[in-house]
Amino acid sequence: MSVEKSLILHARPIRVPRRVLRFTHTFGLGGMALVLFMMLVGTGLLMIFIYEPSPERAYQSIVFMQQEILFGRLIRGVHYWSANLLIGVTAFHMLRVFLTGAFHGPRQSNWIIGLSLLFLILLSGFTGYLLPWDQISYWAVTICTEMLGYMPGMGQTLQRVILGGEEIGSATVINFYALHTIVVPLLLVALMTWHFWRVRLAGGVVVPRDSANGPRAGMDYVPYIPNLLLRELAVGLILIAFVLLVAIFFSAPLGEPANPGLSPNPAKAPWYFVGLQELLLHFHPLFAVFIIPAMVAIAIVTVPYQRYDSEVSGNWFLTRKGQSTAAIAASTALLITPLWVGLDEFVIGPGGWLPGTPPVISNGLFPCVAIAVGIVAFYLLLRKYFKASKNEAVQALFVLLAVSFMVLTVIGVWFRGAGMALVWPWQT
Amino acid sequence: MVSRRGHGIGVAMADINKSRRSFLSRLAALFGGLAVFEAGWIGATFLGSRRSRASLHEGPEIQVAGPVDRFEPGSVTAFREGHFYLVRLDDGGFLALHRKCPHLGCTVPWLADEQKFSCPCHASAFDIRGDLLSAPATRALELFAVRIDNGVVSVDTSTPLRRASFESQQVVRV
Repeated sequence: MSVEKSLILHARPIRVPRRVLRFTHTFGLGGMALVLFMMLVGTGLLMIFIYEPSPERAYQSIVFMQQEILFGRLIRGVHYWSANLLIGVTAFHMLRVFLTGAFHGPRQSNWIIGLSLLFLILLSGFTGYLLPWDQISYWAVTICTEMLGYMPGMGQTLQRVILGGEEIGSATVINFYALHTIVVPLLLVALMTWHFWRVRLAGGVVVPRDSANGPRAGMDYVPYIPNLLLRELAVGLILIAFVLLVAIFFSAPLGEPANPGLSPNPAKAPWYFVGLQELLLHFHPLFAVFIIPAMVAIAIVTVPYQRYDSEVSGNWFLTRKGQSTAAIAASTALLITPLWVGLDEFVIGPGGWLPGTPPVISNGLFPCVAIAVGIVAFYLLLRKYFKASKNEAVQALFVLLAVSFMVLTVIGVWFRGAGMALVWPWQT
Repeated sequence: MVSRRGHGIGVAMADINKSRRSFLSRLAALFGGLAVFEAGWIGATFLGSRRSRASLHEGPEIQVAGPVDRFEPGSVTAFREGHFYLVRLDDGGFLALHRKCPHLGCTVPWLADEQKFSCPCHASAFDIRGDLLSAPATRALELFAVRIDNGVVSVDTSTPLRRASFESQQVVRV
């Protein structure tokens, strides 16, 4: 065996089930995330030699890189687009893992490692967002760190630690720079290694189990080289070409230099936190930035540790019925979420659902309990009326939450104009 | 190894070996834990002191706004460097309002025509006293401490004071 072959086979299996060769089995999302991460490291390592982390110099150093350095605009563009794509790809990777039931059995801990990776990737995106020190980044970070301040108890302390003071300043830039370029990438590499190793331990990506004849009986195997290797290379190279093309035609945005005295109108969080910002427009801050996210986080973390009827996995949406219940959940979310936003905006107004009571009840407890009751009713409907198994019903709830969050994000990004009023995208 | 059966000395030696080994490993764990604690403490102190130094260096904390007569009753004057508005109410009392919206931290401009502070980010509004006029903010604009010495107004911009709403004792009078 040649050197490069044996080197590859240290990291990858010798044989894989023929089934996993199909692109739609996983859409190659995990591999894409790895390729994007490597592109981010490559471009980041170059930019580290130009960028100057201080409020006085940061913006100028970015302008210098874009105007004076050969390929400066391209390198920054690749970094920008890879980072944004990485967040999307990771989110869809998580959806794929969930919707194929790949969190049961030996993969339970890998679900948690994956969630930690998602958290670190969001942290990486967020800390990188401030560094250009333009109006977009300054006010997005202001809004996000102020959201943190609403957390009861430790919120304001946490906010002060992250900012390194009362307001965004030179300490904040250094904090974010150190986290973005050293701390988070190192943690990412460590966790990624663990993540991949756990996939190997579980016998590669998930395939349908045949419980009667053991997990792998009757499976048709093919050698990894060249079957899967070539497919992985093709996906990786197409992705690299795509990012390069996008970066050539669309530069990374750079607004006016940061001006702490002038808030732009509207001021929005980075797109991946806009869903949370949208929640803040509808719920009391205590619920919008703490109780609701905490409940959702607990639900997602405990997913692999629930008791299920059976450990179905390997097929998209588990079963035929799983496909239809997921479709019902997605359409419900697509219908209810915009309706709720419109109702709260135009009918209920800032006074809340129970005018006369304190805002924490009128805009917090009451609507949240109403939504919780709705979710429980939806779950019971699926279980009793549609005779869905617990796996299918839990999957439908997950789809409901995921699609609702996507709808909130879309509303926040494209349907919110000056003063965060609802507008049509073509009117802004 | 020493055989345990019937050899008193052998048993004693094994016990001593065992207890010595567990003592040493406990000692190692203790020192290891201590080292981790020390390193963590030194790291936290290192980063923490950097933070307090940074907050001391941002501009003068006491801003001298000017003589009392310079500010008309019913006027709002912006102080960019101090991040505050000096408000003189119709009755002649002074308030220093933090320019940061208590909702999500945007900078709130004073709209003289409409006689209110209006946040560009989420449309929260505040009256001339910084009191909340409309949500989504949930409390009034924060205050800075105002002092009037020999007819000169100065403002302590080191820490903004949170308040739920306007109360008359917040006003500083000549």
